Amino acid sequence: MIETIASVGLPVDETLKIQKNRLEPKHGGCGKRISIVTGVHGDELEGQYICFEVARRIKKHPEHLKGTVDIYPAMNPLGIDSITRGVPAFDLDMNRLFPGSRDGDMLEYLAARMVEDLIGSDVCVDIHASNIYLREIPQVRINRQHEKKLVPLAKKLNVDYIWVHASSTVLEATLAYSLNSRNVPTLVVETGVGMRITKEYCDQLTDGLFCLMKEMGIWDGKVITPREPIVSQDGKVCFLNASTSGIFVPKATHWKNLEKGDVVGKIVDPMRGEVLDEIHSPVSGVLFTLREYPVVDEGSLVARILEQ
Amino acid sequence: MKKEIIFENKSLYRDSFRVTGFRFGSGKKTACIVGSIRGNEVQQLYACARLTAALKELEKKGRIREGKEILVIPSVNPYSMNVQKRFWPTDNTDINRMFPGYNLGETTQRIAAGVFEKIKDYKYGMQFASFYMPGEFMPHVRMMKTGFESVELAKEFGLPYVVVRSVRPYDTTTLNYNWQIWDTKAFSIYTTTTERIDEASAKQAVRSILNFLDKEKVIRYKSHDGYISSVVEDTKMKSVRVKGSGFFQCLTRVGEDVAKGQVIARVLDPYDASVKEEVKAPVDSVVFFAHDDPLTYANTAVFKLIPNKK
Repeated sequence: MIETIASVGLPVDETLKIQKNRLEPKHGGCGKRISIVTGVHGDELEGQYICFEVARRIKKHPEHLKGTVDIYPAMNPLGIDSITRGVPAFDLDMNRLFPGSRDGDMLEYLAARMVEDLIGSDVCVDIHASNIYLREIPQVRINRQHEKKLVPLAKKLNVDYIWVHASSTVLEATLAYSLNSRNVPTLVVETGVGMRITKEYCDQLTDGLFCLMKEMGIWDGKVITPREPIVSQDGKVCFLNASTSGIFVPKATHWKNLEKGDVVGKIVDPMRGEVLDEIHSPVSGVLFTLREYPVVDEGSLVARILEQ
Repeated sequence: MKKEIIFENKSLYRDSFRVTGFRFGSGKKTACIVGSIRGNEVQQLYACARLTAALKELEKKGRIREGKEILVIPSVNPYSMNVQKRFWPTDNTDINRMFPGYNLGETTQRIAAGVFEKIKDYKYGMQFASFYMPGEFMPHVRMMKTGFESVELAKEFGLPYVVVRSVRPYDTTTLNYNWQIWDTKAFSIYTTTTERIDEASAKQAVRSILNFLDKEKVIRYKSHDGYISSVVEDTKMKSVRVKGSGFFQCLTRVGEDVAKGQVIARVLDPYDASVKEEVKAPVDSVVFFAHDDPLTYANTAVFKLIPNKK
């Protein structure tokens, strides 16, 4: 059933609605609830396919549904519609506005309603798709503060990698932080790249969501055995930034092992036909982030490698 | 005056990205003034340009005190202003959310680090700041309660108000916050506008900084002292919100006294201009902030009022 969790009138003849699709078993159920959230950033679209696929599979086999699945496909509908990462007109990042405020402005009000509606979920999965610059292998990112509770849940999601990162005050304004601090275990998924759908990754994560739902007792249909992810802390992640401005041309393959000294890619100058820099891996490890958008400024992130 | 490149990055197709500074006097690093950090902060750049001109004249007349050095950086982000974008053109990140910066990090982290390295050791730091909502402010000095703030010192600017507010999570990466943590007495100076020039307000801001520098014995400057500033806690201000959206018709101005119950704005229907809503002042007060966009969204705080003392 489609439900509107918040709505506000826009200036000219339009109502902005935040909606969810609640899928429930026909009779009874286990009482558990999972919320699948995406579209907080309007340019991240991988979650669109995942939401579609979760709803499609459940509708195909409703007899296996034993709990509540809430699908929130568009937390920032104006952003999705206008190819904008933040909220258009306000130029604000929706994921820096939580927990919001019922008495606040339009966006703070919407953020507060989202948090209120998500409270009560036994698990929430907030699906992101990196940004338009970087491609990510399917991974879960967990704030160190919530590591104990969240890592076992993340392992069910069929991802390749779980990154346990340090806490930062700036991240306190994210949806995940707000929910985790209100006792709603919330997993942040990063997968693929902005403005695109990577079907292979989406299918992998959809399989993982059904594994998690089975673990929670929400789904009793057949599921795969989730893959065993690598779990790492910050110290093992090596960042590679562009040494100069130019056009980045990747050479290494995403999610492949690299030896120390292997070429990750080069930065070229098309005008002069010159290679400005060749970027070598400073460690041996797995390339889990690779730049997708070719134009780089000095400092632009081109890759992340998990040292092994 | 000595012109100096504070930070430079080469670009593939554009001219180099340069942050330019102007040094006045010599000796101890005493005062640093930063203009625009975002690409839409035209008034902030303009006020800073006027300040540079004023300091140039004072230096010619020998009015910078011996052993004191002042650094003015009119723009930390000329690239964004030249393409009329608020944030960094390539990745839309905000340099004022990157301090103290990281010299091996991403582009805007490197810019923040490069600039901060040059400005972190000054005794006083002043930034011409702007607010994300469209509107006009009463000129004021704003400070965060970091435990290092100097409210009494802020009164020396002689602006009508000193506003003190609590630190929010995102503040920890702003220039003002990091200046304070690094032991600089930091002040954010708000003039009336952001995207258009208000000449009178820019002049007032320049005068306020010169007044401050005179009182702190950095320069010799003769002018009237400005206002005796009122100190206001941000939480004591009354936010007035519209309920619905539509055309916004403002019936008052910043700085005006308004009475409880007075209609201070209307929201009009976008198709027939009928009055959808009358916005009334909840208390006898002074208008501190007023929304100035012709349209408004629902729940927008269109006014901030400072209640009159009882």
